[in-house]
Amino acid sequence: MAVTVEEVRGVAALARLSFSPADEERLTGELNRILQYMDRLNELDTEGVEPTSHVLPLANAFRPDEVDPSPAVADILAAAPQRQESYFKVPRIID
Amino acid sequence: MALNEATAHELITRLQQREVTARELVQATLDRIDAVDGQINAFISIDAEGALTHADEIDRRRAKNEPLGPLAGIPIALKDVLCVRGGRTTCGSKILEHYIAPYDATAVAQLRAADAIIIGKTNMDEFAMGSSCENSYFGPTLNPRDPERVPGGSSGGSAAAVAADETILALGTDTGGSVRQPAGYCGVVGLKPTYGRVSRYGLVAYASSLDQIGPISKDVEDTALLLQAIAGHDPRDSTSIDVPVPDYLAGLKDGIKGLKVGLAQEHFPAGLDAEVATAAQSAAATLADAGAELVDVQLPVAGHPEYCIGTYYLIAMGEASANLTRYDGVKYGHRAEGDLNLQEMYLRTRSEGFGEEVKRRIMLGTYALSAGYYDAYYRKAQQVRTLIRQDFEKAFTTCDILLSPVAPTTAFRLGEQTDDPLQMYLNDIYTASVNLAGIPGISVPYANGADGLPIGIQLLAPPLEEAKLLRMAYALERTTA
Repeated sequence: MAVTVEEVRGVAALARLSFSPADEERLTGELNRILQYMDRLNELDTEGVEPTSHVLPLANAFRPDEVDPSPAVADILAAAPQRQESYFKVPRIID
Repeated sequence: MALNEATAHELITRLQQREVTARELVQATLDRIDAVDGQINAFISIDAEGALTHADEIDRRRAKNEPLGPLAGIPIALKDVLCVRGGRTTCGSKILEHYIAPYDATAVAQLRAADAIIIGKTNMDEFAMGSSCENSYFGPTLNPRDPERVPGGSSGGSAAAVAADETILALGTDTGGSVRQPAGYCGVVGLKPTYGRVSRYGLVAYASSLDQIGPISKDVEDTALLLQAIAGHDPRDSTSIDVPVPDYLAGLKDGIKGLKVGLAQEHFPAGLDAEVATAAQSAAATLADAGAELVDVQLPVAGHPEYCIGTYYLIAMGEASANLTRYDGVKYGHRAEGDLNLQEMYLRTRSEGFGEEVKRRIMLGTYALSAGYYDAYYRKAQQVRTLIRQDFEKAFTTCDILLSPVAPTTAFRLGEQTDDPLQMYLNDIYTASVNLAGIPGISVPYANGADGLPIGIQLLAPPLEEAKLLRMAYALERTTA
């Protein structure tokens, strides 16, 4: 299944990335070449094979429901590009 | 031998015997960095003042005969993907160029508890995505063995810093070979522990089901020392394994008599670089001379390059595309400037902040996870991952250790593979399957190619068998000394 430039544009929108038309063309070629390579996996019969999402036989890692100290709000906010009082500040959301 | 050229285990003894001070040792590494790092570019940040202050404190405590940690006074460099409180953690990316972490990674806290001295943060492929250290916003790192060659990646800065004697020890991270391959290319030792053996808390995520922190050092004994310091359960990482950490040094020198070393024919295909194949076969033969028994094993899926690379990149890119959604210009990192609404801000921030390879992987990962393609790509890769795990499980019923090359060639030239992403991915054919299975693997320098560059040997063991793996690596190292 070949990826089209339109699909690349759609995926870019999902990933919150924007590309120039020339980059969209280049990426379309690269993605197709790489995915063609991935298609080799279809040589393998995986009917009935359980997928592995994780190698460890872990289910839920529980801990006692106790309050631990949290990082200082000021420390966290110090890295924010923009802040106001104790909030992260973002550009307007509704035009 | 200059102080900065020595190993940690030699220096620990000399520090304890008061033959040298931590200040002299740290100063020796800083002088070396001053002398060579302008060319090699192994470091993104250097904390000379902090390291010397820390060294003085260790020396004072030693003078007062206070108890000190096992790595007291030993300089260490950290891949710039590990959070160090109050210092810059860039991940080799423009998007985190000025990011100051508000906390220490657990591995970093453990190093502090061991009284190791952090001297700086090392260069890397952006967000650990790459096999050459050429994908860094801060420029490429050069291979100290030959500056026209890459050091490998993504932990290229850490491997180069150890190889160039700019540090005694280093930490890297390994998602598909990023500790082992650069260690192989630079002629040093690199270990990827069992998934879950070392806490990932404070390690900036690339592919969470594959990422693992690992030691890079000049010899196997130092690798054992450093693993000892960072291994263990961490309640802050729900994927860290809650089993006791053995003493990795205890049996290190006990020899390998009776241990079975497996070789998979799939790892030696027709067309494999003759020097690389010969080195691996010679390594196996010398281990047999040292008392190991060689056995043939089959890895029909886990030893198949196309299946491993396809599975690895689909899973890694899928996880990366999800993990990297956090870089949105809101909580930390770069934010695009200008009169933008929220959506425009996201788009511009991410498009300006990420480099080409990171964007390529986010795009592929997003595509593979998207509706309509999930089953064909991502789920298929997860199923093949099961087959890869089963191949290793079966192989380890007939052998203790598997032996293979680390990479298909010696270090390649800068720029040689940058135009061809797929060619670059093929550097990982021997290493990526190991992360998919979650097992430990180590890269040990063994021979030199005709080009004068190191050829590494990869040894693999079942989950949590690091002690046995290190014992075999130690024996292999003796045969090359």
